[in-house]
Amino acid sequence: MAETLPPGAWLPIAFAALMGISMLLYAVLDGFDLGVGILLRRTEEEAMRDRMVASIGPFWDANETWLVLGVGLLLVAFPKAHGMILTELYLPVVLMLAGLILRGVAFEFRAKAPAAQKPRWDLAFQGGSLVAAFAQGWMLGAYILGFAPGWGPLLFSLLCGGFVTAGYTLLGATWLIWRGEDALQRRAVAWARHALWVTVAGVVVVSIATPLASARIFDRWFGLPQLLGLAPIPVATAGLVLVLHLALRHLPRADHRLDWVPFAATIGIFVLCFQGLAYSFWPYVVPERLTIFAAASAPESLAIILVGALAVLPMILGYTVFVWRVFGGKAKALSYG
Amino acid sequence: MDPILLARIQFAANISFHILFPTVTIALGWVLLFFKLRFNRTGDAAWMAAYRFWVKVFALSFALGVVSGVTMSFQFGTNWPGFMEMVGNVAGPLLAYEVVTAFFLEATFLAIMLFGFGRVSNRVHTAATALVAGGTSLSAFWILVLNSWMHTPAGHEIRDGVVHAVDWWAIIFNPSMPYRVAHMLLASGLTIAFLLAGLSAWRWLRGDASAGVQKALRTGVVLAAALIPLQILAGDLHGLNTLQHQPQKVAAMEGVWETERGAALRLFAIPDEAARTNRYEVAIPNLASLILTHEWQGEVRGLNEFAGQHPPVAPVFYAFRIMVGIGVLMLLVSWVAAFRLWRGGITRPLAWALFGMTFSGWVATLAGWYVTEIGRQPWLVTGILRTGEAAGPVPAATIGLSLALYLTLYAALLAAYIATLFHLAKRPGAPEPEALGGRDPLAPLPAE
Repeated sequence: MAETLPPGAWLPIAFAALMGISMLLYAVLDGFDLGVGILLRRTEEEAMRDRMVASIGPFWDANETWLVLGVGLLLVAFPKAHGMILTELYLPVVLMLAGLILRGVAFEFRAKAPAAQKPRWDLAFQGGSLVAAFAQGWMLGAYILGFAPGWGPLLFSLLCGGFVTAGYTLLGATWLIWRGEDALQRRAVAWARHALWVTVAGVVVVSIATPLASARIFDRWFGLPQLLGLAPIPVATAGLVLVLHLALRHLPRADHRLDWVPFAATIGIFVLCFQGLAYSFWPYVVPERLTIFAAASAPESLAIILVGALAVLPMILGYTVFVWRVFGGKAKALSYG
Repeated sequence: MDPILLARIQFAANISFHILFPTVTIALGWVLLFFKLRFNRTGDAAWMAAYRFWVKVFALSFALGVVSGVTMSFQFGTNWPGFMEMVGNVAGPLLAYEVVTAFFLEATFLAIMLFGFGRVSNRVHTAATALVAGGTSLSAFWILVLNSWMHTPAGHEIRDGVVHAVDWWAIIFNPSMPYRVAHMLLASGLTIAFLLAGLSAWRWLRGDASAGVQKALRTGVVLAAALIPLQILAGDLHGLNTLQHQPQKVAAMEGVWETERGAALRLFAIPDEAARTNRYEVAIPNLASLILTHEWQGEVRGLNEFAGQHPPVAPVFYAFRIMVGIGVLMLLVSWVAAFRLWRGGITRPLAWALFGMTFSGWVATLAGWYVTEIGRQPWLVTGILRTGEAAGPVPAATIGLSLALYLTLYAALLAAYIATLFHLAKRPGAPEPEALGGRDPLAPLPAE
């Protein structure tokens, strides 16, 4: 492959990698926030809801910033693709933004507005999370089909909306298994069991649809040397699903030492799915239409961003780890200092 | 309806809604740091009480700023794909630097600032407050650099129809940047000063004379009285800079149609763009020339010199008068209030006046942004890209639908925001369990 790359290709590649990692981090990190939001009104107990919100309270802001970085990198590194993708996805983008707005403000309002309004803001919290998750799945579906027009592709996109919602719900539920205690933890195990099978169905359907959408991807998957290289992805995914299934049958354990396992396994599934997609679409940023090399900004501009990003990203990682340690362990009630 | 006009209304609605909240958080971060440092120095619990109240306002404003800001990062692409295609090589790195140097910093340390007291040492909590304040200001700096570059581009060249960066130093320190940054940071300071004073005056009027309320009120009044003369100076300098680089904008601000010597300062008029004249003009002779050129007979270039190249006159003309009018009112109220506080104490009429000015900073800031942004039209990037050229292919009906959705959402959220501020202020000075976690906020959590 290397000999076919255009000269100076390493900059677009580096940016595609950075952008991909940001999007993956966003999906995992805000995925569990949105999942917790989707599950919020599954319980009527106010104390349990407060604890669920408290478990993600210190993290959601920074988590959402990965979306800004991911879209920002698309915008700054591949401006042509940014315009093309976002105008194609106008409607789900608007829906997602409305959802994210509602979810984000509900965090604050449910704690600060008059108590009588709290149920309404809980509804906004759940509704916003649900709409944002669904819209992101819709976008994924439309992207996989290369923004093909018509009812069939739309139906598939909406189906993907449902699958991503299930995936995020699984992330949220397994997060609550890790960070929750007692009744909340037991409820979370039950929620995770339900979400798991819809998620698995989603992974299977998307895996069937992706190679069918494009002959190029089909060849890349089922051509002979490639098939062997690709095989570890579905095998590992199946293994993680098995781990999840077993863990959810046996949790919560009395010693709580394995509470983190379902969450980690779910993240593993997300990472593998992401790898599969990245493998399929490389080197396109707009499927079958625009490669990362054709869409890239001028090298001197990319270089100056890269210098800044490489200088600052270790710091971001450092203080993110610090905050995760400060708010580590089982979720406690939050209060303003 | 024209899709470009709809896309502009949508972006204007979004950016107007968004700017309200950073305007609050930029300066409030530093005010919170001030409260915290006073508490560390004096050990006076009233400073911490002020901190605890205003940190909630900060959290609420920050959340609204984040969600509306995320929306903006998408609207660049959904509404103005031509913008990034043309100037992405300059705008891209500036936006990227904002995200990586500022957004992560503020969003991450916000958690420590809001919920970390008692979990981390007092020193780390103070440092987190400082980092959040620094992050919001840094974020404002980068976005104002980009905005200033759009007004007064420099340090670039155009190759193959696309802008390329040549000199980053010249891009960052473009001609209008220092003035715009100073003007906006001071605007944020004044907004928060009047919000502090107004909300505290309201609490005081309702019978809450606790020390925390008094400290916040005093801080607000003193801050306002100190900043407003600086802001008038910064505004004047900014205007002179605009006269040099965007004379057509100043002509619209002043309502000057024909180039004239000894131009009058129009206090009020109704600009008539069809007839290219003003109706019902009330003016002070020679004053506009004096302000703009510092000479009685100085020449002010009129709009007719820029036919087809100047912004719509009426909105710029009115918005400028609203901004300046509020500035004068701010000077009056803050100096009288500062004098009263110095000579004894606050009176009820004065408290009502301060309460009436609670959101004056918002109105002035918005009016100011309308002056400068509408004043840049028909250009999106002066001399490089016209607004119409940047619009995308999205049909009018789709934009209209999403615009209706956004407007409904923004109206509801703005109402909820203001109602919640007053709801928070209605609570007595004594602590009340914070519903987020169900614990008394005054009692620090045991360290774990």
